[in-house]
Amino acid sequence: MEKEWFTISVYSENNLGLLNRISGIFLKRHINIESLNVSKSEIDDVSKFTIVVRTTEKWVHNIVGQLEKQIEVIKAFYHTDDETIYQESALFKIDSALLFDERQIQNIIKESNSQIVTVGRDFFVLAKSGRRNEIDEMYDQLKPFGIKQFVRSGRISVSKDEMQISAMLKEFQPS
Amino acid sequence: METVKEKQTKIKTIATMKISGAEAIIHCLLAEDVDLVYGYPGGAIMPLYDEFYKFQDKLTHILTRHEQGATHAAQGYARVSGRVGVAIATSGPGATNLVTGLADAQIDSTAMVCITGQVPRHLLGSDAFQETDIIGISTPVTKWNYQITKASEIPEILAKAFFIARSGRPGPVLIDITKNAQFEEFNFSYKKCKGVRSYIPTPKPNMGSIEAAAELINKAKKPFIVWGQGVILGQAEQALKAVIEKAGIPAAWTIMGESAIPTSHPLNVGMVGMHGNYGPNMLTNECDVLIAIGMRFDDRVTGNLEKYAKQAKVIHFEIDPAEINKNVNAEVAVLGNSKETLELLLPALIENKHEDWHNEFKRLYEIELDAVIKNDIHPTKDKLTMGEVIEEINLASKNEAVIVTDVGQHQMIACRYAKFNTTKSNITSGGLGTMGFALPAAIGAKQGAMDREVVAIIGDGGFQMTIQELGVIFQHQIPVKIVILNNDHLGMVRQWQELFFDKRYASTVMVNPDFVKIAEGYHIESKRVSERKDLKATIQEMIASDKPYFLEVKVEQEDNVFPMIPSGASVSDVRLK
Repeated sequence: MEKEWFTISVYSENNLGLLNRISGIFLKRHINIESLNVSKSEIDDVSKFTIVVRTTEKWVHNIVGQLEKQIEVIKAFYHTDDETIYQESALFKIDSALLFDERQIQNIIKESNSQIVTVGRDFFVLAKSGRRNEIDEMYDQLKPFGIKQFVRSGRISVSKDEMQISAMLKEFQPS
Repeated sequence: METVKEKQTKIKTIATMKISGAEAIIHCLLAEDVDLVYGYPGGAIMPLYDEFYKFQDKLTHILTRHEQGATHAAQGYARVSGRVGVAIATSGPGATNLVTGLADAQIDSTAMVCITGQVPRHLLGSDAFQETDIIGISTPVTKWNYQITKASEIPEILAKAFFIARSGRPGPVLIDITKNAQFEEFNFSYKKCKGVRSYIPTPKPNMGSIEAAAELINKAKKPFIVWGQGVILGQAEQALKAVIEKAGIPAAWTIMGESAIPTSHPLNVGMVGMHGNYGPNMLTNECDVLIAIGMRFDDRVTGNLEKYAKQAKVIHFEIDPAEINKNVNAEVAVLGNSKETLELLLPALIENKHEDWHNEFKRLYEIELDAVIKNDIHPTKDKLTMGEVIEEINLASKNEAVIVTDVGQHQMIACRYAKFNTTKSNITSGGLGTMGFALPAAIGAKQGAMDREVVAIIGDGGFQMTIQELGVIFQHQIPVKIVILNNDHLGMVRQWQELFFDKRYASTVMVNPDFVKIAEGYHIESKRVSERKDLKATIQEMIASDKPYFLEVKVEQEDNVFPMIPSGASVSDVRLK
């Protein structure tokens, strides 16, 4: 089976130690987590893990089964890139002098659709959201001028189809 | 004895009282119908032990000689009784000593709750004396775990722990309780846990998949059932028997499923897997419909997956959705509790006999009988075999004993030749293969079924891993029968070295102590048998005894267990020699 990129979405309770339990499932199978993001979800008190892995469909199916089996995981899904809308965010910290001295930098800012977050005497910060290749492209363009700091977030993603969680939670009536 | 209801009423009366966290733990245990726990005290769990002292008339605490022993005893107890086993340990090394038992219970789906003490809340993360991150350590080997840092959390978390441990596919839960939470006082009240919103213990059966399963089974010419422990855990023994008998399907078991159907049942065709019976292994690759019930296609059962039952349509009855298509793809997956799903299946089945197909199993059994079994059970050579010892135990106990085995050759021989009339009678470490399991597990098994004969069958290697639990047997006069099958080797590893490593016997020759003297040191009645003429009478004497009894049998040193599917080979490449 061919390796592909998969985005795994995990809806869970927000409990201490769950991250450890989830990452252990990947560790046990010797599968690297390429990107991880944890945030609140569309449902109150429900957290969402967005995990990107490169593996086979057989393994991602297995992993999602193991994830769902964890007591505090409400539901887990996996999607290929075609099935999701996804983005990453990046911050570039660059020497302020370059902003005025290098005309090319201004072109890069315009063409990349990035925003200037702050400008100070010493440095300015660019923010860029988009697909990883877009961020990589911008990185490659800025690199020759010197990047003081660079950071990229984990992938965030929403699926094109529905992920039915609310109905599941409504069904649960603690007696 | 107090009934649970009486206990609960009593607890209600203290509902308005302020009690310590430690005392609250006791009331939680009593409310969960626990009257026996295994454990070992230490600094961080002392407040709880103080309460064990005060409540000793209601709750028995058995001091094992090592925390690992506490987990295996709790497992043995849980497996024979169907109740939740409880093990207690202190922080640090006490807690880490539970890890093997937790891993064993996790892979063999055994309901167990472990409670560990932890350093006080304000010392967490300070590398305090006996501080260890047992939550981090135990995460991969528990169904659930949680750290309690204040007393008020105790009732809800312990209620949840017992619910999670016993519901659905059972498993071990570890609750770590800081020392300050044990000391703190709070207003106690207890409510049993009835559900957790993010957890579906037992999927609801889907009639469509049951009908699809019935259709495949009804059309099958060579249907074959392989059942596992899911039948025992789901209390589906009668339902399975009814299905087998109505549809006339030959049925084989994994070692975890053994004893669910009596050995003597004509449709019970024996054991599958690496050292299983010849027929069921060979015919796995000839059946047209393979019905897997409450089993998870372990590699020791399937051999090479690329060559496993490829000709067959697979129906998988299973409680855990994560097991579906994990190792073997199922044409039809029937999710749910095994009793419930098999009872729904039964009326949809057509009565059948499949005589020719069944005769195939009989024919292959004759081959195995001639090539292997005859020599194992009725050997003509001088030295004793493990098989004849098991057979004598069958005869003396009239197939009614609970057989608790360790790991290795003796385990495979015992699983192959022990005969059972009653379910929950074969207690062994299946998935994890934990040497040292049997002696403490036998203690738990006996205490979980005091009316039953419990015989521990252990090799000379594994025995020395938890040998100190003889102390528990002596102290509490627990009438288990201990049989050491001594070949002065780590027999199974030696067998592999002989077959696959050109007889390079690296570290498998055991230089053993005088086991009988050791048992005598614990004041346990002890015998050694080295000759066939003494075997029958000694085993009869052992079974007749109502006290603990230790028997060492000196067996042939270099016997091998056959049939055998070599590692990585197909089930139909099973070797008879």
